[in-house]
Amino acid sequence: MDKLKLIIVREFLSKVRNKSFIIMTFLSPILMIGLIVLVAFLTKTSIEKPRSVAYINQSRYFTAADFKNTKTLSYVDMSKQTLETAKTAVQNSELTGLLVIPNDSIIDSLAVNMQFYSTESPGVAFVEDLQSKFNEKLKITKMLNLGLDTSKVASAEIRTDIHLNNFSGETTSKLKNEIKLAIGATSGYLIMMFIIIYGAMVMRSVIEEKTSRIIEVIISSVKPFYLMLGKVIGTAGAGIFQFLIWIVVLTVLSFVVMPLLGMDNNINMTPEQLEAAQKLGNINEMELAVNEILQLPLVTIIISFILFFTGGYLLYSSLYAAIGAAVDNETDTQQFMMPIIMPLMLGLYIGFGVVINDPHGTMATVFSMVPFTSPIVMMMRIPMGVPIWQIVVSLVLLYATFLGMIWLSAKIYRVGILMYGKKPTYKELWKWMRY
Amino acid sequence: MERTRFYFMQFKKTLLLTFQSEIDKMNYLIQAEEVVKKYGDYTALNKVSIQVPQGSIYGLLGPNGAGKTSLIRIINQITMPDSGRILFEGKALQPDDVHKIGYLPEERGLYKSMKVGEQALYLAQLKGMSRQDAKKALKFWFDKFEIGDWWGKKVQELSKGMAQKVQFIVTVMHQPKLLIFDEPFSGFDPINANLIKDEILELKKNGATIIFSTHRMESVEELCDHIALIDQSNKILDGNLIDIKRQFKTNTFEVGIHAENYDQIKNDLREYFEITPSHFKSLENDLKLNISIKDSESSNELIHFLTSRGTLNHFVELIPSANDIFIQAINKSKFNSTKIL
Repeated sequence: MDKLKLIIVREFLSKVRNKSFIIMTFLSPILMIGLIVLVAFLTKTSIEKPRSVAYINQSRYFTAADFKNTKTLSYVDMSKQTLETAKTAVQNSELTGLLVIPNDSIIDSLAVNMQFYSTESPGVAFVEDLQSKFNEKLKITKMLNLGLDTSKVASAEIRTDIHLNNFSGETTSKLKNEIKLAIGATSGYLIMMFIIIYGAMVMRSVIEEKTSRIIEVIISSVKPFYLMLGKVIGTAGAGIFQFLIWIVVLTVLSFVVMPLLGMDNNINMTPEQLEAAQKLGNINEMELAVNEILQLPLVTIIISFILFFTGGYLLYSSLYAAIGAAVDNETDTQQFMMPIIMPLMLGLYIGFGVVINDPHGTMATVFSMVPFTSPIVMMMRIPMGVPIWQIVVSLVLLYATFLGMIWLSAKIYRVGILMYGKKPTYKELWKWMRY
Repeated sequence: MERTRFYFMQFKKTLLLTFQSEIDKMNYLIQAEEVVKKYGDYTALNKVSIQVPQGSIYGLLGPNGAGKTSLIRIINQITMPDSGRILFEGKALQPDDVHKIGYLPEERGLYKSMKVGEQALYLAQLKGMSRQDAKKALKFWFDKFEIGDWWGKKVQELSKGMAQKVQFIVTVMHQPKLLIFDEPFSGFDPINANLIKDEILELKKNGATIIFSTHRMESVEELCDHIALIDQSNKILDGNLIDIKRQFKTNTFEVGIHAENYDQIKNDLREYFEITPSHFKSLENDLKLNISIKDSESSNELIHFLTSRGTLNHFVELIPSANDIFIQAINKSKFNSTKIL
């Protein structure tokens, strides 16, 4: 056990002291924030860039009042020109495109016969914007034609809101499902990223020991299994350490950067705005959200996260270690990566594809039990409320599989670390398992 | 009185006989008993047994791929034998016995990006030393090799020869009872190779037992007391080096004689002995011959014969070199195995 501790400490220190590790630890959050700032900046500028559109209006349903310039969109009236001249004029100008509203007295046919001409196809959002604008206008016109009182129609507008309760009597809000989803997705995604990043680190570390040929010295003092285990645990330690630093740096940075960008509205709000917001219920929503989070089975979520995170990482990193032992250099690992990446991806796809729509359906339940996908899928389900027995079964399966896999991996590892010079095949790995 | 004394002696004798095998075991630091190791269909070791006496330098010889490294790995508990067993100080090898073994593998290596001192401390602790003891031992060795200022350097900054020195220290620092060197001189320049050789001899003087695996025979002559020869997974020869040399000697003498008529002497010699020309270096312009006598004849007769014909300047018994033995034994075993086929 003393030796295991020695190995864990060495692995941890050698990772943490590594230059690229230090650089990545402090650079990644900065890069991440930088990227967010950049994206925010770009979307802001692209949204705020005003567009100009030319139009030919031949319909009596629309008047000049319907083509009022807004902050982002301005109109140029070309109704007096023919279609052809207007087209050439628009083509030779800076205008985004030409909107043609034909003369059609039947509203329904008019609605589907408007044309938009442009050199480049316009963005989907822009088109939808126009569509909804004209749709609204035509809807009102049609209502008037049908003799409906628009004000009455507007007052008849109802928003149905089914309040979700669980049987223990807690009321939940719409927000809660989103929060649950966010917590689940974040947990699942975090587990996957951690496995991929630090599993590969374990693999590289094994390859390094092999290529530097120190391996034989080490395993003449300590059992290969302990070396592998120490490596897996030590690397995980370094990974968690890095994650913690990231979280701290990200939090600090976001407090510094977000207000500068004006992304956090609450901070920039004037007292009047705040009051208005309170009236509208925005702040209440925020409070509610915090409330909702506190109402979630947080203890279950946190404990499950730790257990699934650990189990998933151990399971996969032992596989990574075995692959590292089987090959001589990193390029040779490609052929063995598929079986590792596939179940991880599958877990994520099922998480986002199935669990979101049907968190307790057969598919979601089954894959939250299958050990290779369970850490991700189950973590996405848990915030939605999963019976404890399912969690327990899933965990037992996960850890049992982990024990089986690490036993197999250790066999491959034990043989592999002493093999040099040839690129192994799956067939050979199978042979090694039986040595 | 006499009678009791007699019985006592008898009793002592039986007791001795009973425990003789046990005592033998105690005299051997390490013994392999019919060790078999297979990799799939390939047999790396086929019922190999060796006995390594306490305090000896034991040469494990054999061509590349013979199975030496497989046997060494089994002794180091890196791999397990499929059958057979290893005894350490007469008892079955225990996991903790790795602390009593120092191993310098043929494929040397250290963590490249780790500092020399830190690395040596780590490896010493893996061998069961406490941090303090390890520090003391390392200070001793670093001073001895005059490399104290390497402590804070990374291994990747060292030259190959320097790294080898560090590796040697790492192997011996925990004062193991058994040292296993796999091709220890490969990669060393002659000066450092000599340094290491002297260290090996000193370690032996201090009581260590050394297993020394090589296919380079000149180092065997200088260092080894005992040898075992492994070829194609089988042990084909083992024992005390001098006994083995006796066994392989051909009663051939290297002779340099000065006389008037060389042809006459050669013709006379042919009647009694088997002669072949010899090419040793000498200052005299002598007749140089290798002369073989039969087991029953004594070298005196030959000397007598030679001195009666001329001036005998050079007379040396040709002792088979380890290299000769190696080649002969391997050829013989090949011949035998083909005969069986």
